Amino acid sequence: MRRSLRAVPELGVPVLLIVATALVAGVLSTTHQLEFENALVMTAIVVSLYVFMGNSGVISFGHVSFVAVGAYFAGLLTVDPQTKAFTMPDLLPVLLHSHIGVLPSLALSAAVGGAYALLVGLPLMRLSGLPAGIATFAVLGITYNVLYYWQKVGPTAQTLSDIPETGRWTIAVGAIVSVVVAYAYQRSRFGRQLRATREDPAAARASGISIYRHRLLAFTVSGALAGLAGGLYVHELGIITPDLFYLDLTFVTLAMLVFGGMGSLWGAVLGALSISALNSFLGDAENTVHVGVRLTLPNGTRLVTIGAVMALVLILRPSGLTRGREFGWRRG
Amino acid sequence: MNWGQALTDAVALGALYGVVAVGIGLVFGVMRLINFAYGELITAGAYVLAYTSGWPPVLAIVACFAAVIALALAQERIAFRPLRRSGAAPATMLVATFAVSFLLQAIYLLAFGTRGQIVGTLGRLNSAFTVGGVDVRWIVVVTTVSGVALLAATAALLNRTNMGLHLRAAAYDFRTARILGVRANRVIGLSFVVAGFLAAAVSVLYTVSNPLVQPSMGVPITIFALVGVVVGGLDRLWSAALGGFAVGFVYGLSGDLLSSQASPYLPSVVYGAVILVLLLRPAGLFAPWRARQVERV
Repeated sequence: MRRSLRAVPELGVPVLLIVATALVAGVLSTTHQLEFENALVMTAIVVSLYVFMGNSGVISFGHVSFVAVGAYFAGLLTVDPQTKAFTMPDLLPVLLHSHIGVLPSLALSAAVGGAYALLVGLPLMRLSGLPAGIATFAVLGITYNVLYYWQKVGPTAQTLSDIPETGRWTIAVGAIVSVVVAYAYQRSRFGRQLRATREDPAAARASGISIYRHRLLAFTVSGALAGLAGGLYVHELGIITPDLFYLDLTFVTLAMLVFGGMGSLWGAVLGALSISALNSFLGDAENTVHVGVRLTLPNGTRLVTIGAVMALVLILRPSGLTRGREFGWRRG
Repeated sequence: MNWGQALTDAVALGALYGVVAVGIGLVFGVMRLINFAYGELITAGAYVLAYTSGWPPVLAIVACFAAVIALALAQERIAFRPLRRSGAAPATMLVATFAVSFLLQAIYLLAFGTRGQIVGTLGRLNSAFTVGGVDVRWIVVVTTVSGVALLAATAALLNRTNMGLHLRAAAYDFRTARILGVRANRVIGLSFVVAGFLAAAVSVLYTVSNPLVQPSMGVPITIFALVGVVVGGLDRLWSAALGGFAVGFVYGLSGDLLSSQASPYLPSVVYGAVILVLLLRPAGLFAPWRARQVERV
């Protein structure tokens, strides 16, 4: 009984925080609204990353590939076919002639992300440790390389605009769906078994848990969530270009996850939102803000400060802000 | 396409990546830490060279070595030592090195701007001489020779000196080595000094062929060397060096020989090969065949 009660704040507080972000975004200027929407998208990406990394303890540098694939499908399929025939005549016929709405495109992006993760995971989930990290990075390298040069799957190095944008509530609901799925997964027996393999692989195997299968399941679920996040991203920005989905996004999302605390869903949400907030505040401070006093920072200090804060928190508190715990009223 | 030309260029690129791989592998051996901010050491050296282009080459190079080694020690002292003390998980350590890399790049951007600086210190080495119909640039010779010399010197340091013995002991079993009286901080500091020395050498050699210095120039170098290190096998320096050499060599060779239609997809081919190697031999291509199976009970 007590256990099920604990689920209320553990799931409720992250969801409330997302709702609050969306609510606050509504009363702000257009620029800030975009930044808040971006924070929600980052939350969705970091949560997807958490589903795999947090539960399995294996590093993945490849999740942005699933974000990219979801974003490309959701973006290309919602653009008017006539526009596509004009700007990208070499596109594969399926991508060229189909035209669907925003919501179906989000469902599709989740399906595609999950399928790609399953395909990649089938061979790769046999690896662990650093080889797993490098192999998933290689997947990212291949995805980026193909998206950058192959004219049949997208605008290559150019930027495709004219993608329908969606409101902040669609994005917030998408992020909440990710959080709920992540929570349901980690509380299921599959999630618990995977966590057991993280804590002690030998003991978990001795108890009859297949590490490979559970990692593959988590990888697929998190790939689907990453695909969905990609769909949200592309409908938030209204543009796609391959450089959005490469090293920068990979590092930022990984840092957000570790910053918040890799071991808990609360850490993933908190990390994504707090780094986004810091980024947004410092961006303002470069053009003067009022925080009691007038504060103006020289241009370029934003990146330096973010880097320093991330490095400092990791050094002083290596298990992240939440120390890998879920949200709870009482500590200890 | 001239095979001889392609081969000499590829060997030089391989030697360069071999040196980077040893720098990364050395620190990993002692600390079990992949230093992703290693490339930023190379960038720092390149900036020093760019700002001292008017100086006599020897002075410029000395300044470059001094600055890079100081920065390597600073990385260790400020960032990685506290992390090691706090007993952070490997994933956290790795992400912390990302953060350091990100921070240094941001600092370079703030201090030196996006436009890029030009290094002219050893530009003369780009001139070529002809052997048997092959144009060989001097820098190719210099890079290959210094690459081999640096690897040999590192090997001698590890195998012939007392400090090297301590380093190897720490790399083999850190805790036992400490119990036996190896000074942990000094050994780790030494590995960073050597790694910094190698990074400075790479900045000098690299900027001759690629004189444009930009804040994020170190990132692709680190990534490729890291791929080489893991593919070659992390646990031994020579396998890491061979892995780095292999990646640089293959990259240099296929860049020259592939048709212009296929060459954009070269990274995909390299990454595909990396995945294949990792699946077939996760311990590394050059690791001993009968790898020890350690299972914790």
